[in-house]
Amino acid sequence: MKEKIKAKVMDSPKMKRAFHRIVTEIIEHNHNLENLVIIGIRTRGIYLGKRIAKLIKDLEKIKIPLGVLDITLYRDDFLEFELQHMVKKTEIDFSIKNKDVLLVDDVLFTGRTIRAAMDSIFDLGRPKSIQLFVFIDRGHRELPVRADYVGKFLPTSRREIVHVHLKEIDGNDEVLITEPSGIIK
Amino acid sequence: MPFNQKNLLGIQYLSPDEIITILDTAESFLEISKREVKKVPTLRGKTVVNLFFEASTRTRSSFELAAKRLSADIVNFNLNSSSVIKGESLKDTVLNLAAMNTDAIIVRHSCAGVPHFMSTFCKSSIINAGDGFHEHPTQALLDAFTIRERKKSFEGLKTVIIGDVLHSRVARSNIFLLKKMGANVVLIAPPPLLPPEFKSLGVNIDFNFERGIEDADVIMMLRIQLERQQRNFFPSIREYRNLYQLTKKRFARAKKNAIIMHPGPINRDVEISADLADSVKSVILKQVENGIAIRMAILYLLLGGKDRETTN
Repeated sequence: MKEKIKAKVMDSPKMKRAFHRIVTEIIEHNHNLENLVIIGIRTRGIYLGKRIAKLIKDLEKIKIPLGVLDITLYRDDFLEFELQHMVKKTEIDFSIKNKDVLLVDDVLFTGRTIRAAMDSIFDLGRPKSIQLFVFIDRGHRELPVRADYVGKFLPTSRREIVHVHLKEIDGNDEVLITEPSGIIK
Repeated sequence: MPFNQKNLLGIQYLSPDEIITILDTAESFLEISKREVKKVPTLRGKTVVNLFFEASTRTRSSFELAAKRLSADIVNFNLNSSSVIKGESLKDTVLNLAAMNTDAIIVRHSCAGVPHFMSTFCKSSIINAGDGFHEHPTQALLDAFTIRERKKSFEGLKTVIIGDVLHSRVARSNIFLLKKMGANVVLIAPPPLLPPEFKSLGVNIDFNFERGIEDADVIMMLRIQLERQQRNFFPSIREYRNLYQLTKKRFARAKKNAIIMHPGPINRDVEISADLADSVKSVILKQVENGIAIRMAILYLLLGGKDRETTN
């Protein structure tokens, strides 16, 4: 599917500032940082998680454990796919029992990914709490999910697509709104 | 790479890319069996049948656990208490099971080709868990997974398969798979258990253990199928032991980092000396552990996604 770019919403300096603000909020909010663990949702949540962990380390000299979650097996639309999605690994090599979990994803949309992620986390153990970080909240929720930390609220139409590009995998930092070109059925 | 197969009938029908997809998928499932809650909701609502016309503990329970860890429902069909002993034909048995809206049927049968036959009229996915002397694809896949875990790649590996090759579906599936992935395969067995026709599969054969095992990377032992020895393929178990048992002395001729595999069940001190079977070189229990991840991957890849056309 071809997409045409409608707007560049954030660039690298803007994203950096947003990051600093949110990480400060996270530190403020979590009095006991030693108990915090970060779990990034594949794929971009991993890199966002890494950046948060690094900023916390720079500011507070505390190393936060970082895990990776693949939610494919927990999706509610799993049996609707034409073909299976490739499952990738969940890599969480620490116990999350009684931990404060910071769940990290790039875009919050319907809330279904977060529902799946929370189900998956509960199968790994009972955390003390789960907080949610998303870089972009674009609205259109279908489930009662809200984020604790948001980089930017971005009102969108359902037809639009939001891309959070990260240097680590996409080459540069930017947030784009695109739209599928051509008629959709 | 997406996987678009309805059935798993044999390694013969898989491409190298499809094999890699299965192994990669299994890699992700390995971790689930190590969790405290060993279950994911993925195949909730799917029904799987274990239809075993031959004895099995490992394969049957491995499939059962794989299905359960993916939240599918599984029914074990017990031959002794079934209508097969009342004279029901295979086709009728299968049609009746399918009429109960099953999604997959895992079948083991003493006749080669039974899974293929079932796939011609049954709308459920058919998974071959061993058919006669033909194929045992999930065993070959879990063996490949275990080899890849240790050796990283198949290209140019020297794999020797030793023992009752003639009666072994495990050997056939492994030969197909290893050749597809670019490994070299040498078969070692007494001549009556190793017909020269095997050469047409692109493998080397050797009747001399000491020569054949030289510089091997992977050693796959096969079980001497004592239940199939009524035709006297070799004079005595003692003679077999003397010439074809994997002993420390023979093993020393293989590469230093060679691994020992066995599909089980082992006849200790017949085809393999007990101390070697328990040694650090042996990955036999690892194979069993990996078996569940492979079978989870197969169920996931065959049952995931929308219902596909009833074709192969």
